[in-house]
This record gives sequence, structure tokens and C-alpha cells, in this order.
Amino acid sequence: MTIKIAQLSCGTEYSGVQSEIEHAATTVGGKMVYPDVAFDDINRSVEEFGFEPASPQLRLMIARAKALADGHYDADAVFIASCFRCAEGALVRNEIRRYIQEHTKLPVVTYSFTERLKAAQLLTRMEALVTIVEKKELLARERQVGLTAGIDSGSSTTKAMILRDNEIIGKYWMPTGPVLETGIEVLEKALTEAGVKQSELEGIGVTGYGRFLIGKKLGAKLVQEELTVNSKGAVWLADRQKGEATIIDIGGMDNKAITVRDGIPDNFTMGGICAGASGRFLEMVSKRLKVDIENLGGLADKGNWHKVNMNSYCSVFGIQDLVTSLAAGNTIEDVAAAACHSVAEQVYEQQLQEIDVRQPVIQVGGTSLISGLVHAVGEMVGSTPIIPANSQFIGAAGAALLASGFLEGL
Amino acid sequence: MKIFMIPPNSLILYDLVERFGHQPLSLMGELREHVVRPEVESPPLNLSQDDIMKGLKYAGIEVPSGVRGRLAIWGPMVDQAEAAIIMHDMPYTFGCVGCHRTNLMLTYMVRRKKIPTLEVHYPHDDEEAKVMVTKIKAFLEGLK
Repeated sequence: MTIKIAQLSCGTEYSGVQSEIEHAATTVGGKMVYPDVAFDDINRSVEEFGFEPASPQLRLMIARAKALADGHYDADAVFIASCFRCAEGALVRNEIRRYIQEHTKLPVVTYSFTERLKAAQLLTRMEALVTIVEKKELLARERQVGLTAGIDSGSSTTKAMILRDNEIIGKYWMPTGPVLETGIEVLEKALTEAGVKQSELEGIGVTGYGRFLIGKKLGAKLVQEELTVNSKGAVWLADRQKGEATIIDIGGMDNKAITVRDGIPDNFTMGGICAGASGRFLEMVSKRLKVDIENLGGLADKGNWHKVNMNSYCSVFGIQDLVTSLAAGNTIEDVAAAACHSVAEQVYEQQLQEIDVRQPVIQVGGTSLISGLVHAVGEMVGSTPIIPANSQFIGAAGAALLASGFLEGL
Repeated sequence: MKIFMIPPNSLILYDLVERFGHQPLSLMGELREHVVRPEVESPPLNLSQDDIMKGLKYAGIEVPSGVRGRLAIWGPMVDQAEAAIIMHDMPYTFGCVGCHRTNLMLTYMVRRKKIPTLEVHYPHDDEEAKVMVTKIKAFLEGLK
């Protein structure tokens, strides 16, 4: 089954990225399609939509969005893109995204591109789009059955979890070294904790950056991008499988903000423009402060970020600001608080503005163990995020849960 | 003379320029070069990523890549132009479905070049159309 992804875009063919978009779609079993509209429909659509951009191609985007909403064109998912830095494009992109979500049930991904398109990130987004369409039934499962393992091969850490009949019986994590070897080692350690042998496993699921390599080696039943897997793991661990939620995952290399309804993602953004907005920045801060990353959150809880003058979001210049602040006599508690606040603020600026944040907010990933960051995110979203037990294992948990779907023939 | 047209892919302006004995600088021709060039793997693609760098000559790095990409194609055409015809207020079927910012920049580039330029408005009835064609005819013949 080929998934038809409707492309609503402005500038892709002149930015030199169209071939990359089509390649990413093809790689994950999708096909880009372009909703047909009659010329006479364009002005009428724009008038009804109510936003009148000057650029003709943006007007065409609106008419195409309307064709989808009115059911005049059939597609399975929607990809909305415009040039990075174009204000008019960004406004239209966002409003079309809202419009599609209000008027259709189609999964949507938005993207603002430069000529140097981040192919790997785009691939993950496309893969998530296709997964949501193709494996809705699998994503809807709420209980894990049998004996399965999940491995999350992330950019910073690799995690494994063993589940039996909806219970966690083993888990292990370690910093990611050589991808394959680390994946196998964490699995072995988690199996030891669980007291079972690899040969007894009925299914393995793998997610994260190293998913293809590890998945192939272990003969995994499920090799899946982290957006859908993590959101499933998050709602399972937080016991929030019904209703709406927003999942915030501040990772080592990139960040994800995902909105879900009944455990199925319906919108997501994936950041990763710079290291200053990620867990990597907090690692750098810990090193500079000569404290363990585990203690950074506690320090931040005691500090006051207002006292530290941070003029940059850049990981290099941000650290420079913190060093200057220490030299000026500020406490390491204040500096730790400022670092956490800076990361949370960037997640807000780069990502949370692109989605409708729905309560409750579930914060997950290794960085959710840094209490100062959770506090800063809570201030940003206006409520205290839920941190489920084992929140750093969401990817592994989601992979093990979804892999068990194959045991029941889904 | 080489005549640049805004919108750069207007078939009507192209025909008038050619009919009155000049060489239209044609977007269609320029893009044809791109889409049939052997190294472009899957035509019809207007540009490859490397082409966008050429647009830096006309607009800075802070400008959206779609604008720079368009300028990478249209900029050299403006450079070559010896005269220009600019059409205002046209419906988008008359020209290309494109980026309004690029169109603004192109108009500015043409005006800044200080070449003989005729600026006309899109006609709304037969009478206005006749006036427009007459103006264009006089302009083009005056260039000889």
C-alpha cells in the first residue's frame, strides 16, 4: 500500500530540496501528491480561508488545503512546507496546519527548510507520518503481551527494556558508543536483570538513530522511528492512554514535541537546529560546573535564573555567558538554573509554538530526570509536567510494547 | 536587443518582444537548460542544492532559500538585459505561480539597472489591451 502524502508547499522546487522530499517519502513507502485545484477555485478558496497572502504560490497552497478539507482530493497524510526565514510563508504554513487539523483527520507534519535540508530528520518525520497512517491499529494497542524487548538507540544513550505481560521485568541503559555493540550490551544486561534468555524473547522492537543497524542484526520484528514509538511509550508509562496529552522529549541531540489523542500522535515537531537547545548543553554545563549531570537539576532547583545574564542560546556562547557569570560571583545554583531555563525557553521558541500544547504535558527522556529542567518547562507550559517512572526508557518501552503487537498478528 | 520581462515567463510578453524584432530573455528557456541537463537525475526539477549558492550574488544568506534559488535563475537574466518590460497587477495565470518577494526584488533590480524600461498595467478589457499592446509596440520599436 502506497501512502499518499499531499504536499502543500511554497519554494521547494526553487530551493533545490524537492528531490530530497520525494526521496524521503519514497524511502518510507510514501508518495508525494499535489492536490489539483482549478484556477477559478484559487481566489474563492483564499477568500473563504480569510488569509490573503501576496505570494501566488501561498495562495495555491491555501486552495490545495481547502481541496483536501472539502474532500475533493484524496490523500492519507499532509506535508506542509515553506522556506525558513519567510514570514509570510511561516504564517500561512501554520494557519494551514491548523485548518487541516480542524477540518480533517489527516496526520500533518510541517517543515521549514533551507537549501541544506536535513535529510535524516525529514526521513524520521515522513516515517512517522506513514506509520500513523499504516499502523494505526498497532499504535492503538494499550497492553503489552508475551515476552518482548525494546531497544532505543539514541544519540547520547542506548536503553533496553524487557516486558512480560505488561510488566517491566528488566531494564538497562548506557552511553552510546559503537552503535551495534552498545545495543547488544544493553539488551544483554536488561535480559540478565529480567532473568530470561534472548532466545526466549518472542519479539524485539528497535527505535532511535541506530534502529536500522541493530534491528537488522537482531532480526527485530519492529524497526520504527522514535516519534511514534516514544509517544506510545510515554502514554503507557504515564498511564495516560486515553484522551489528549503533549509529550515533550528533550533529547541529547534533538527534541520532540508530540501531541497525542488516545495514544496516537496527531501532530509533532522535531527540533535540533543547535546543541544549545538540547540535553547536550546541560552536559556541557555540568562539566564546566564540575558536578554530575544527575545533580544539576537539584542545584538548579535552589538557584535563581534571573540573576544570570545569558545573551546567547548558542551552546558555545551560552557557556561563555555562564563562565562570565561565575566569574562575576554568581553561585553555581544560579548558573544551573539559568542553563535549565535557557534550554526550556529554546524548546518553547523552536517547537512549542508550532503545536497546540494540550494538557497534561508528559515530559520524558533522560533530561526529564533533571528536576530544574522540568521546573523550567513547567513554568513555560503553565502546569507541572508529569514525569512517569522510568521516563528515560520511553523509547525502549514503546518499542517492546509495539513489538508485542506482532505476536497477536496486527 | 535582449529584453527582460516581468513576469519572466509571460507567453504574451514573450510573443510581443519576439514579434517586434527583439530577443526575449526567457525563463522557460533558462529552466529548460536546468531540467534537461544530464547531471540532473530526475527532471523536471528546477534547481539543485548547489544552484542556490549562485543566488547569493543577488540576495544575502538571510534571504529564504526559495527566493535565492529563483534569483539564481532570474538574476543572470537581468544582468544580460538591455531593456525591460514590467507588467503590474497581473493575475497569476499571466505569469508564474511564485514568490511575491522575488517579484518585488526583480522589479527593483530592473529599475536599479537603469536600462530602458516600460511599466504597464494588466488590461481589464479589450480597449485597455489595445492600449497596452500599442505602448509595448512603440517601446520595442523605439529601441531599434
